[in-house]
Amino acid sequence: MGNEAIGLGALAAGVRVVTGYPGTPSSEILPTVSARKNGPIHVEWSVNEKVALEVAAGAAMAGARAMVTMKQVGLNVAADPLMSLAYLGVKGGMVVVVADDPGPISSQTEQDTRTFGLFSKLPVFDPASPEEAYEMVIDAFELSERYGTPVLFRPTTRVCHGNAPVALREAVAEAAPARFVKDPRWVIFPKLSYENHVKIEQRLPVIAEEFSGYRFNSLAGRGRLGIVTQGISSGYVAEALAILAESGRPLPAHKLLRVATPHPFPKTLAADFLDGLERVLVVEELDPYLERELQRLAGERHQPVTVLGKGSGHLPLAGENTIAAVTRAIGGFFGFDMPAAAPAGAATQPAAAPPLPARPPVLCAGCSHRNSYLAVKRSMRKRRAIFSGDIGCYTLGNAEPLNMVDTCLCMGAGINMAQGLRVVQPDAVQFAFIGDSTFFHSGITGVINAVYNRTPIVVVVLDNSTTAMTGLQPHPGTGDTMMGDIAPKIDIATVLRGIGVQHVEKCDPMQLEEAEAAVVRAVDATAHGVAALIFESPCIHVCPAGPQYVVDADACQCKECIIKLGCPAILSVDGKAWIDNSLCHGCDLCLQVCRFDAIHRLSPAEAAP
Amino acid sequence: MNEGVYNILVVGIGGQGVMTATEILAEAAIALGHDAKKTEVAGMAQRGGVVSSHLRFGPKVLSPQITGGEADLLLAFESAEALRWCHYLKPGGLVLMNTAKLVPPVVNIGLYDYPADPVAEIRARGYEVHAFDAMAIAMALGDMRLGNTVMLGAIGDHLPFPAETLLEAIVRRFSTRKPQLVELNRKAFEMGRQADASAGHVAETAQSAA
Repeated sequence: MGNEAIGLGALAAGVRVVTGYPGTPSSEILPTVSARKNGPIHVEWSVNEKVALEVAAGAAMAGARAMVTMKQVGLNVAADPLMSLAYLGVKGGMVVVVADDPGPISSQTEQDTRTFGLFSKLPVFDPASPEEAYEMVIDAFELSERYGTPVLFRPTTRVCHGNAPVALREAVAEAAPARFVKDPRWVIFPKLSYENHVKIEQRLPVIAEEFSGYRFNSLAGRGRLGIVTQGISSGYVAEALAILAESGRPLPAHKLLRVATPHPFPKTLAADFLDGLERVLVVEELDPYLERELQRLAGERHQPVTVLGKGSGHLPLAGENTIAAVTRAIGGFFGFDMPAAAPAGAATQPAAAPPLPARPPVLCAGCSHRNSYLAVKRSMRKRRAIFSGDIGCYTLGNAEPLNMVDTCLCMGAGINMAQGLRVVQPDAVQFAFIGDSTFFHSGITGVINAVYNRTPIVVVVLDNSTTAMTGLQPHPGTGDTMMGDIAPKIDIATVLRGIGVQHVEKCDPMQLEEAEAAVVRAVDATAHGVAALIFESPCIHVCPAGPQYVVDADACQCKECIIKLGCPAILSVDGKAWIDNSLCHGCDLCLQVCRFDAIHRLSPAEAAP
Repeated sequence: MNEGVYNILVVGIGGQGVMTATEILAEAAIALGHDAKKTEVAGMAQRGGVVSSHLRFGPKVLSPQITGGEADLLLAFESAEALRWCHYLKPGGLVLMNTAKLVPPVVNIGLYDYPADPVAEIRARGYEVHAFDAMAIAMALGDMRLGNTVMLGAIGDHLPFPAETLLEAIVRRFSTRKPQLVELNRKAFEMGRQADASAGHVAETAQSAA
């Protein structure tokens, strides 16, 4: 897997400190380092991306090689330290891995970290495959250390989660001991920032020149037409050219430029590419980054060349590229008569076919979030209430039939948006749901804000003892670390009381009636200020399954379990509820909502093995 | 440049072992010296979402994604998913499918209908279908989780290499992780192979009758 390749590449480069916060598609990099390390290497899931980057920055200032991993929206959280660190620089090589997600497949935005490179004035590496990612991480550490600057390393989902054979090499460096040397260069001040800004601007053209000769940037071919590409799209371009060649039409002469280091832009190489060209097609994902760079360069050179791509409508502005779309774009660019946008084989899909059932991501069978949401929903039946959500598995509570997420913006935002909603709409009860890992990530400051500004909201912490959505990573509340140590568990209730929340109650959401009563108590307590309710029940992936249940079809009448729960283990068979015991986790919520006593627990003897 | 590249699309629902099955297929191809590339789209949730896993292998593979209409084989762990993805096959291509149905909650609450007869619908679109109940076979062997080995058994005789090579890849994986399960998986593989053979026979009979 590409992420494993990145982790192994960092180990081969002698990385000493690896930090990060989980986020698809970056989550597997850090566990790879943890599992494969052999030596005094520190690996940690930090509380959030800002913290992760700052821990790594400290290590790199002391001269150790350090790596930080996160997804693209994580870089927004870490932007503050990153922007300043760009001015201060580092001593040991520091690679900031930021995984982008064209599509997006599992993200809030389609932001492009290459553009962040331009903004932060940091060098950016953009690997095209797992094999290349492995080699390129080693290069990134080397360049970072040589120029004393952190560098961005930007794979995309198809590289992170793509699999290919990767040849590993001998470690090029050992994790070396490092010591911090006191020096005014590590203290940011306006005067220093000015001086370093000048140095950065002087350095960027030097790095750009070096990048023009970089081994993973390539220029081939000749002619008046040119194609530019990057990342996984390079594979699509190669594939599209092969498909067009196989179609029997001779391909016109063309040049092909691949850019693996988008910032600083390798101008000399790109100028060689532009020499003699009349038309250029740029095939890239996310921002039209290379497209703009080429337009700018053509302008500088006063060269009358047409640059096509996203801006001209040849390729989609949003979403992933596909081989089919790239083949169409290149075929059209070559002047071939291309069929309209329909993938081969689509003709066999009858237009009149009824839509297949969607399989939206749903809360797992037995997930305690379902109980928590249901408890709040039922106790607020007769009250006006707004439910602010957050980022995590519990975002899935937005789906029917629960429909319990009215807002969702970014990590930690729910608690704060609930305050804004409360200010303008005081007649509604304002709920803010947040997970345990997210509470530590960026929930606490929001609660402090609500206490301080006397904005009475109900904070509901859905504590399932893990970071579930990204693959069960530990966090400050779980009591274990990536170093294999037992750590003190940080108790969320104690934190909330410590920051001044008067009403803090812990409750087991699996007991529906008691949970509903606890919700009412919390809502009543908002008369005196912020109230917090902590629903504690572990994720089904970290706790054993409960007993099995069966529906008595003769007694089954209300279908409440199907209509109200949306549990994937409960199916409708011949108009009656039926429990799929291979999915059921034994939470017994269905038994609690059944009005006809039609669901029974199986004795261990009756239960399937 | 794409000469000799074999494209297999493996589809199903999160939690069925689709990705593991594709990984084992890839390992078998790599063990034979092929270049291989694999990519997948999995839903956000750990379970219940649509999963499609692309595997391409051959002398040299340029990119991991299979283009619609280019798959040589479709291995479908669930009926409606077979129908959803069959247009990825080359015209007349072969679908190896589990007839077991996993009905999502959206059907239960009445937002969608589950397709009445996926096998017939796929055949009506001109594809060859080998259909068998992999879930029942796995249950008969005593463990639902054997379902993906049954599915791998079913694909065994349709690969550009011997079924034994694939079985070896499965055995290799289990010998290191769960040696006590090697024999059971051998059995599941063999039963999947037989299920496919008899499903193929049924398909032929159906065709000559039509």
